[in-house]
Amino acid sequence: MKALILRDLKLSLRQGADSAAALVFFLIAGSLFAFAVGPAPAVLARIAAGVVWVCALLAALLPLDRVFGPDFEDGTLDLLLLSGLPAYEVALAKTAVHWLTSGLPLLLVAPLLAIMLRLPDGQMLVLLAGLLPGTMIFSLLGTFSAAVTLGARRASVLMPVITLPLMIPALIFGSSVAGSPHPAAAFYMLGAIFAAALPLAPLGAGLALQAAAE
Amino acid sequence: MHLLTAEKLAVFRGERLVLNGISFGLKAGGFLLLRGANGAGKSTLLRALAGLTPLAAGALLWDGLPVERYSHAERVAWLGHNDAVKAALTAAEHVPVAALAAVGLERFADISVRLLSAGQKRRLAIARVVASGRMLWLLDEPTTGLDAASVARFGALCAAHRAGGGMIAASTHTPLDATDAQELSL
Repeated sequence: MKALILRDLKLSLRQGADSAAALVFFLIAGSLFAFAVGPAPAVLARIAAGVVWVCALLAALLPLDRVFGPDFEDGTLDLLLLSGLPAYEVALAKTAVHWLTSGLPLLLVAPLLAIMLRLPDGQMLVLLAGLLPGTMIFSLLGTFSAAVTLGARRASVLMPVITLPLMIPALIFGSSVAGSPHPAAAFYMLGAIFAAALPLAPLGAGLALQAAAE
Repeated sequence: MHLLTAEKLAVFRGERLVLNGISFGLKAGGFLLLRGANGAGKSTLLRALAGLTPLAAGALLWDGLPVERYSHAERVAWLGHNDAVKAALTAAEHVPVAALAAVGLERFADISVRLLSAGQKRRLAIARVVASGRMLWLLDEPTTGLDAASVARFGALCAAHRAGGGMIAASTHTPLDATDAQELSL
């Protein structure tokens, strides 16, 4: 499984444009809000956390069709399923690579966007603490829906339709972590969603992969 | 004693019953050659033998016991009709350099696969099968795109694998000069 993660990381570093595109999208989409809503600091500060979360969610969707798509097309998926690794470990490895190439870099540039949107002092750490499990949840659920829609026609339309409803609870609790005066409750809910998604999403994705490879 | 036994296999592909009543036995060192027109179900049978496609009926036995998905996967070396090579990686990042020599690609070890020809990519995929050390080779049209010298080299690799007790099931349209191969017409 480690070898699979390393190989996929190497692949995505050589084709760095995909991961970079998601990051650039994150920054651009976030900064558009400042233009549309207006530069009033009070308004921006109030919506900053929510905007960062929405943009993080959308940026996590962008690279999803690359998670299994190329492996499915070129026959690598068959080899992965015959590698002796259980299918859920293949899915978990893919999830880890998705997070390392989109979630982790996004966490690193999120402060930039938050400062640009005038997130109030003192909320930055809370926002990032919420985004850490949040981006992991997005990777888990995103990989799951990428596996489910594998081989389907119009997968790129189907994927967000399946993913978004699953991600909305994480979005609700995640964005209220930063804004609320009592962030603990929302943070625990976020943790609960992560704890549920961590075993279930790769299991479901693994079954979907086996079905896609039939 | 047959090591791999198929008893009356039936396999659906989508809504269509592609294979029905397929039976054969393969000894250690055996070579099963699948013959049949396009669409006869050669690839489907190979996928079923790999455990990728579920059986609708019948049984697949290994050493007398029904095959179990994950333990069976560890016996199988798979060569599909796609080469499953990554354009962004080099040949040596796909298989160990020692295995590249077996298919005559050692000079291309550090070259990006993007720059290899179709036949060279096929040889790279074959090298991965050879390097896998797995018992059962399942090969879907293994010689597609290979030149005459490579086909001969591939024949020698197959013979060496069988001499070591390995088994091969291959679909092919080109004549492979495999000694005492069992033919199965679909």
